[in-house]
Amino acid sequence: MRPLAEVQSEFAAALRDRQLPIPRGCVAPDGSPDEKRFAVYRNNVASSLIDCVAESYPAIRRLLGEECFRETARVYAAQDLPRSPVMLEYGGGFPAFLEQFEPLAGLPYLADVARIERAWLEAYHAPEAAPLDPAALAGVPADRAVDMCLTLHPSVRIVRSPFPALSIWHMNIADVEVQPIDLEAGGEDALVARPEAEVQARALPAGGALFLTALMDGETLTQAAERALRSCPEFNLTDHLTGILETGVVIAGRLKRRRSRGH
Amino acid sequence: MSVLQAVPPRRTCNEIPARAGVGLKAPHYRRILETQPDVGFFEVHAENYMGAGGPPHRYLTEIRACYPLSLHGVGLSIGADHPLDRDHLRRLAALIGRYEPGLFSEHLAWSSHGGQFFNDLLPVPYTLKTLQRVCEHIDQVQESLGRQMLIENPSTYVAFAESTYWEVDFIAEISRRTGCGLLLDVNNVYVACTNQHWEAVRYIDEFPMAHVRQIHLAGHATDADAHGRALLIDSHDRLIDGIVWDLYAQAIGKLGPTPTLIEWDQNLPDWGELHAEAQRAELILSGDRQNEETVRAAAG
Repeated sequence: MRPLAEVQSEFAAALRDRQLPIPRGCVAPDGSPDEKRFAVYRNNVASSLIDCVAESYPAIRRLLGEECFRETARVYAAQDLPRSPVMLEYGGGFPAFLEQFEPLAGLPYLADVARIERAWLEAYHAPEAAPLDPAALAGVPADRAVDMCLTLHPSVRIVRSPFPALSIWHMNIADVEVQPIDLEAGGEDALVARPEAEVQARALPAGGALFLTALMDGETLTQAAERALRSCPEFNLTDHLTGILETGVVIAGRLKRRRSRGH
Repeated sequence: MSVLQAVPPRRTCNEIPARAGVGLKAPHYRRILETQPDVGFFEVHAENYMGAGGPPHRYLTEIRACYPLSLHGVGLSIGADHPLDRDHLRRLAALIGRYEPGLFSEHLAWSSHGGQFFNDLLPVPYTLKTLQRVCEHIDQVQESLGRQMLIENPSTYVAFAESTYWEVDFIAEISRRTGCGLLLDVNNVYVACTNQHWEAVRYIDEFPMAHVRQIHLAGHATDADAHGRALLIDSHDRLIDGIVWDLYAQAIGKLGPTPTLIEWDQNLPDWGELHAEAQRAELILSGDRQNEETVRAAAG
């Protein structure tokens, strides 16, 4: 009797590689090998993974059309099998795959639209946290407020794109009238988060992505504003701070000790 | 106040009643909360609730406050030769602690190998070696979760030449050795029996009913193998087949009223159609064969 490990290794190899012969000992009721019976498992694995990618990337599915999407997802899934039984996490490699997938090289914005969909899914399943009431910051003296570090909601994701990826995503996800999009119109930065019940995706004003990224890196408001100002001279700290407090993506604020500045 | 902070006032009892329940799917969340349909319980796939937070947990918490819940795992890979994934066991324990399901079930199958997850329920050879490995894994699960688990009979498309047990004997022996309960999936019985050329009536007749704690019913697709022989696919994407309803009535005749789940995972119908399947199961559960015949005639 072959060890179970050997039986399963051979079975798994034949699932991964359709060119391999079907595993020894896998038989029909008459004891004969039957390619089509084993093919049910190959098809189940492939179609369940394609379905999972399709559920996670509905805008890409609509942009590519069903047939092209499924072929693309089939190639992706064959080279990136899940590594966890928690399928909610599957498909994280799909945007990077799209970026280098030669047959779709003519659609350079696809990968960033996929990054927004991935950010949406991650935000959907992210931990709960209550937004900070803006009034809680009212008592902080103005001269100390600039030294504050803000903790952002664990669902916050930022997607930067040289393409109008957020507009493309929105037009292909919501029940909105399809309008022509000028790919040369410039890039968009998207903030994706779930501060309350539902996921929100919105465009960030110029400098916003750098500012939020700096806050997530643990920098103070001053440091984060400086970072944004370096590439975006019109950046206005008050406007941005008001904006992120209103959207509910800040969950805590704390004063950084002055002597730790510059770390 | 945020919806997320709304704490349900109380929770219904944990025990799964001997009624029909329905597999809970996201498109039906709102309808269920708004109309509070009269079903015995809901069941969820454990892995779909292993995210940290978000709407799935919010809806499940609200629905759990009104209905008993059973938890059905699809990723533990009990039948794999390699050791169980301890992280996955911890995730299951956390989910069980949070939602207090009345039943927890998994499959007689494997789905992981070499660090990869195939997202399908793969068959095992019915040998003494497999039996020992499966029993070790069930012992480990029951010990680490501190409760009995149920094992479900599989749908299979191939057999292993090296198998030395009949499936029913293999499952009976698992239950005898580990004390686990059994989940009798009647659609799987029909799919496996058709594909393996066994008699489904005999399968139900010889199944160790004393250990059955729950039943699953689902729809299947019809295909053919390379020689043109019927090959049924466990697709969970349509109405339950008439023959499966007959086998279900046979099983209930032996078992008496038993919690019965309607599974529908692909190509989801609207809530009404799903609920109607549960109501049909309840007619059989309550021994109301006359009305069941009427429903059957209407279903064609």
